[in-house]
Amino acid sequence: MSIKAGKETIYKGEFEESIGASGQPQWLKDVREQAFSDFTYKGFPTVRDEEWKYTNVSEIASGEWRRGEADSEIPDLSSGIFSEIETGNRIVFVDGVYRADLGSISKDLDAKPFTACYEDQTFREKFAKVVDPALNGFTALNTAFTGEGVFIKAEKNTKIEGPINIVFVGRGETANFPRVLFVGETGSEAEIVEHYLRAEDSSYFTNSVVEISLADEARLIHTRVQRESGKAFHIVTSNAKLGRGSVYDATNVSLGAKLSRHDLGLDFSAPGAEAWVDGLYLVDDSQHADTHSRIDHRVPNCTSHQSYKGILDGKSRAVFNGKVFVHKKATGTDAFQSNKNLLLSNDARVDTKPQLEIFNDDVKCAHGATVGQLEDEELFYLLSRGLNEDLARNLLTYGFAEEIIEKIKVPSVKKALDEAVLNRLHARLDAE
Amino acid sequence: MVVFRAVGKDKTMLLEIKDLYVAIDGKKILKGLNLNIGKGEVHAIMGPNGSGKSTLAKVLAGHPSYEVVKGEILYEGKNLLDLEPDERAREGIFMAFQYPVEVPGVSNSQFLRLAYNEKMKHIGEEELDPLEFNDLLKEKAKIVEMDPSFFKRSVNEGFSGGEKKRNEILQMAVLDPKLALLDETDSGLDIDALRIVAEGVNQLKNDQNGIVLVTHYQRLLNYIVPDFVHVLAHGKIVKEGGKELALELEEKGYDWVRAAGQ
Repeated sequence: MSIKAGKETIYKGEFEESIGASGQPQWLKDVREQAFSDFTYKGFPTVRDEEWKYTNVSEIASGEWRRGEADSEIPDLSSGIFSEIETGNRIVFVDGVYRADLGSISKDLDAKPFTACYEDQTFREKFAKVVDPALNGFTALNTAFTGEGVFIKAEKNTKIEGPINIVFVGRGETANFPRVLFVGETGSEAEIVEHYLRAEDSSYFTNSVVEISLADEARLIHTRVQRESGKAFHIVTSNAKLGRGSVYDATNVSLGAKLSRHDLGLDFSAPGAEAWVDGLYLVDDSQHADTHSRIDHRVPNCTSHQSYKGILDGKSRAVFNGKVFVHKKATGTDAFQSNKNLLLSNDARVDTKPQLEIFNDDVKCAHGATVGQLEDEELFYLLSRGLNEDLARNLLTYGFAEEIIEKIKVPSVKKALDEAVLNRLHARLDAE
Repeated sequence: MVVFRAVGKDKTMLLEIKDLYVAIDGKKILKGLNLNIGKGEVHAIMGPNGSGKSTLAKVLAGHPSYEVVKGEILYEGKNLLDLEPDERAREGIFMAFQYPVEVPGVSNSQFLRLAYNEKMKHIGEEELDPLEFNDLLKEKAKIVEMDPSFFKRSVNEGFSGGEKKRNEILQMAVLDPKLALLDETDSGLDIDALRIVAEGVNQLKNDQNGIVLVTHYQRLLNYIVPDFVHVLAHGKIVKEGGKELALELEEKGYDWVRAAGQ
């Protein structure tokens, strides 16, 4: 522990100041105190941890981060990267600070910053119950700094119209601890889009925790767009707990950050639920993108379908580690997992490990991973139609990414991502 | 060897293949093939499996796996082998694939418009924006009775065998090639799809383009009537004739011509 002690001391001062000024109820302070104690004990993960073998977070651990300030200058959210947010509700945080002045929430929607939720019974019941604060140093640290979050509730048998945009704007050299708690009551339907966007190309540290709890027959479409600054660090842990017959449809697109890591978990708690968890990471230069997933089938007749794709250029590096456990009682499970990677440069590297562990016979499971270049036959097909080689390669690469992006139903988000991908490929194609 | 016409600086000549030897992975497939295609002509290349029919089509399209060991191919009087596959396409060569490739994530209309505009740019004609191109595509799709719902779908992805072949002919219609190579376009088609594809090709046939039908069976030639039939065996043409030769092959099988090539 001694080698970590120095770092935790830095956070200790901030933590005490934060909790003292929070005005939070004691129950929450207790959760936070416990989490900070967990963080102090665990510290930041190191490459000696099996789960963090390929992802070195020492730069985060040694970074000097300050906390965001409420009165800082307002970024212009009307253009550039922010144009992906067009319709629907908007909840905005800048440098981790909630900005009611920049958001717009319809009266019908039960969405509040955490600061307005402390007396909410549901919030209290669900908070920090879906993602274990003690999972690792990051979840512990996030929980310890609880305050910068949003709580959304989709009420029983209601459908929330339009996307609920949750926007986290990174700008200063700050450490941000955003947090989302979504509770979908029985038979509810909603769509949330998390946007992690940069206002400046600065170095900051986002450490996010997303908790999703779906009751019976609830449906949620959950899109995450990570377009942080190229100098930023982005660590996110998301878990979904799925009730009977619920449907969780998630798409995670990761384009930005110097280093990003997503730990995602699915917990099937009642039979008949379905989860679709797809993702795309597109990295270049010396970017590093890591996805770790853990899907637990503990009950019968659930479906999990995970398709992750990566495009790597420059000296970038990606990690995919996907664990699917089909436990003894989980008969009738349908589990699919795939990770396909396209390497555009000889210096890029992928470490991929799909992992399926099945403890009963009555299942339908498949998994696989590929790492490779573009297919020669596909390339020749395009050349034979008169496309020059650059264009053909770009089109195929775009198509590879598009298979994930086309899942996104919010037109402005899809269009922005199409453009971002094309821009990355320096491609003269049209986004459709 | 029957020589149909004198080879020379004939302005109506589209393609001249002289003593062509082709290998793949060191294995010789074509061994001294000669063939001339003139404008406005329909040629059928027939032959048993493994005779090199598809190899011929792929070599002309510039498939990188095939190595031209010896011989010459002149396209409109110029050395075709100097051109990359994409240059050949822009110069008007089109191959309809036996197994059209699926391109996930790229819509048919997006792909075709890019290909169309690349060609337009090459020949100094005006490129089309998505709306203009969509109108053109709708017109062309009628030729192969293709529903516009296919435009938005990924290229060939989830298409049935017949839909893929129709999509190839749609591409041919859009790109308006001077030399169209149809590699086993009839394979895997039911009778209705065969009729649609064949009628599509017939509509695209004119006195300025040449069409080469690579096929194992005579069936297609009931719909697209060839001016010339060439029989390939053991890597070279062993028999040539008019459309009646195809019927003769249908009746007698390939054994008698195969023996002729030995």
